[in-house]
Amino acid sequence: MSETKNTFTLDGQPVVFEAGQTIMNAALAAGHYIPHLCHHREFKPHGSCKVCTVRVNGWLSASCTTPASAGAKVESEAPDIQEARRRIVQMLFIEGNHFCPFCVKSGNCQLQAVAYHLGMEDTSLPHRFPSRAMDASHPDVVLDRDRCINCSLCVRASRDADGKDLFGLSGRGIDTHLVVNSSTGLLKDTNIDANDRAIQVCPTGALLVKRRGYEQPIGERRFDAQAIECEFESKY
Amino acid sequence: MASPLGQSVTLHDIAARHLHARHRLLQMLREVQASRSYVPEEAIQFFAHVLNLPIAHVRGCVEFYSFLHTTPRGQFDVYFSDSVTDRMAGSEIVAKRLADRLGVTLGQPRADGRVTVSMTSCTGHCEQAPAGLANGRVFTRMTEARIEKMASLIEHGVPVSEWPAEWFHVDDGIRERGITLETFIPPGEAIRTALARGLPATLDEVERSGLQGRGGAGFPVGRKWRGAYETKGAHYITCNADEGEPGTFKDRVLLAKYADELFEGMTIAGLLVGAKKGYVYMRGEYEYMMEGLQTVLEERRAAGLLGENICESGLDFDLRIHLGAGAYVCGEQSALLESLEGKRGIPRVRPPSAVKIGLFGQSTINNNVESFVQAAQIAWKGAEWFSDHGETKSRGTKLLSIAGDCQRPGIYELPLGITVREVLARCGGENAKAVQVGGPAGTCVGRDEFDRRVSYADLATGGSIMVFNDLRDMVDVARQFAHFFAHESCGFCTPCRVGTQMLKHYADKIADGQGTQRDLEQVKSIGEFVKGYSHCGLGETAPNTLLDTIKRFPEEYTSRLLAEADFVPDFDLDASVTESRALTGRQDQLDQVHSD
Repeated sequence: MSETKNTFTLDGQPVVFEAGQTIMNAALAAGHYIPHLCHHREFKPHGSCKVCTVRVNGWLSASCTTPASAGAKVESEAPDIQEARRRIVQMLFIEGNHFCPFCVKSGNCQLQAVAYHLGMEDTSLPHRFPSRAMDASHPDVVLDRDRCINCSLCVRASRDADGKDLFGLSGRGIDTHLVVNSSTGLLKDTNIDANDRAIQVCPTGALLVKRRGYEQPIGERRFDAQAIECEFESKY
Repeated sequence: MASPLGQSVTLHDIAARHLHARHRLLQMLREVQASRSYVPEEAIQFFAHVLNLPIAHVRGCVEFYSFLHTTPRGQFDVYFSDSVTDRMAGSEIVAKRLADRLGVTLGQPRADGRVTVSMTSCTGHCEQAPAGLANGRVFTRMTEARIEKMASLIEHGVPVSEWPAEWFHVDDGIRERGITLETFIPPGEAIRTALARGLPATLDEVERSGLQGRGGAGFPVGRKWRGAYETKGAHYITCNADEGEPGTFKDRVLLAKYADELFEGMTIAGLLVGAKKGYVYMRGEYEYMMEGLQTVLEERRAAGLLGENICESGLDFDLRIHLGAGAYVCGEQSALLESLEGKRGIPRVRPPSAVKIGLFGQSTINNNVESFVQAAQIAWKGAEWFSDHGETKSRGTKLLSIAGDCQRPGIYELPLGITVREVLARCGGENAKAVQVGGPAGTCVGRDEFDRRVSYADLATGGSIMVFNDLRDMVDVARQFAHFFAHESCGFCTPCRVGTQMLKHYADKIADGQGTQRDLEQVKSIGEFVKGYSHCGLGETAPNTLLDTIKRFPEEYTSRLLAEADFVPDFDLDASVTESRALTGRQDQLDQVHSD
């Protein structure tokens, strides 16, 4: 069975992988979408949001950090897994303060798009309505922690792509929050730039460029034209 | 003074004492906290500067650990253990009494900066409860009479070092000794025996003994050592002395009375794999044992049992002790390694295992205190000395720390495979209606399961056994555990970070008599989800007691559910409109909308 040497199955379909590749990266490279929020193929995987959890040979595991292995049976769209993913996204919504109808990121937001993808119709759980500090100190960039989901993509992008290391996660448990790496803890005392990768990779509206909003009319926004899964599947 | 270090210790002194080593950041921050009652902003900036670390890293560390604070605590910083069994012994009552006497709110420093009174996770002195910490010193058996005196001492500014010595007396708590507690190794003898036998042959001996990890997970110690032995490159030996599982206090006595055996076990492991350095990661609550442990280390260095050319073997190995700062998750192996590296205690992604990539990226043997002690004794006495005890799949004896509703709480060394019923007979807990084996992360069993066995094959435990009699409210027990996990979740993954909060929310709602059948179903469904989808063992076990007690004591839940309502809102409508009522001056009777 030489064919199975570098192949695993994803919901029954064979996926070829390269040595050292994760299940997520192999699946995305083959044009199969696995829902995710803290993962971005340009950056080191983090494995924290757990939206991308799959069942590998019977064991639940985050596909973004699990190495692909030959012959593995990977289940992604099993009903119980989709249900759990929906619950994770619900938890992210009730954990922070997310108001889609008037959010600048609406229609371009991955949290919202993944929620649509998973068929999330309500939040089901009690909203926490936390009180979180906003940082509007910088002339061009705003950090709205209300919309942050602690995915750490900006932490990684700022460190690894921008070479600035401007962010970090602090606190513990439900008090986990994004901190800015400056003496005052404010963005104004950093060299962040509106074109930084850290801002572009934010999957929600936590990091926004000032004076840019509602630029596309409803109907022409990123996820209006096509659902999030199409972005990954249409390439092949 | 609030601390033995005193305000006069400069940040420069602290950094210098720790050789400006980044991985000692947590140790430095602990000293700042002790000498200043908090970690001021200037200290965060200072350490970031001198250690060349991002400010966000240092701030992240300070804000992660419960015993580090960014705002001043009182000159007297008093914590009471809020473990379930401490509460049963009255810890909450004495804490509130002290707070009342001093005119403070729990958790908030008094306006004049004199004192803070707080609750903290289990301090590991459950059989001498209520226990707690005063400026880092452990007190036991607190009574209301002592509280009156303590309040007066605090008001008069009498240093903790001058408080009555008997308040700080810690019994060793040993009730029954078995082979391990009977065996004191003359310093160096196990090492010499291991060297004479040959180190690889000693590894065979440890494997043959069947010794499994005594922290509770039960991974074969010999297999772990062999994995590291066969891994090329540098190695480290680390000991998990975090003992944070509520109700576990057996490593406390090993650290206090069997330190030579512990260090001997770590040294043998170190010589075997060629490690040069080892670390004991000890929970911050056990700081009072630090001096004694340092003395033992010095004696061993002087005797040639640590340092260079140990026992003329030509091999070097030395040990350091690091202190935690109040984070249960650091008992998780990979979080412990992160913490040892001076970071937030966030569990790593596995694979790789610590045996492959552990401390500072090197192959690491990490074992529990008891595992190293027993490994040293096996190296000295041979495999059969150990494997003749216990049962087939769970060899040897295990130290159990028993507390709660029993006549003789304390430490019992018993053969694995013993039934819960037999354990209860030994400790005088025959009236139990429930036993929590393995702490909040373990299993709760009822009377019809008392013939089940304490072993890796059935009821695994790192040592914690909590006994509850008929008077105890199991819903309240489960609620307290839910609060514990919500407090201790590291916050890395969504299922545990948010899920433990949701479990706390619904446990409170039900315990407060506001729950419905739907809320009970939510607990079950969220509980199973958190177990399945969390990143590490903390989340995987956090819902256990809620799920166990719902299954075993269903009537305690159903009897307090609101029978007629199938839905009660999660928010209080009246409370929600209080502010707008005040602003508008209106007094609509919204309370009629819900509840009734």
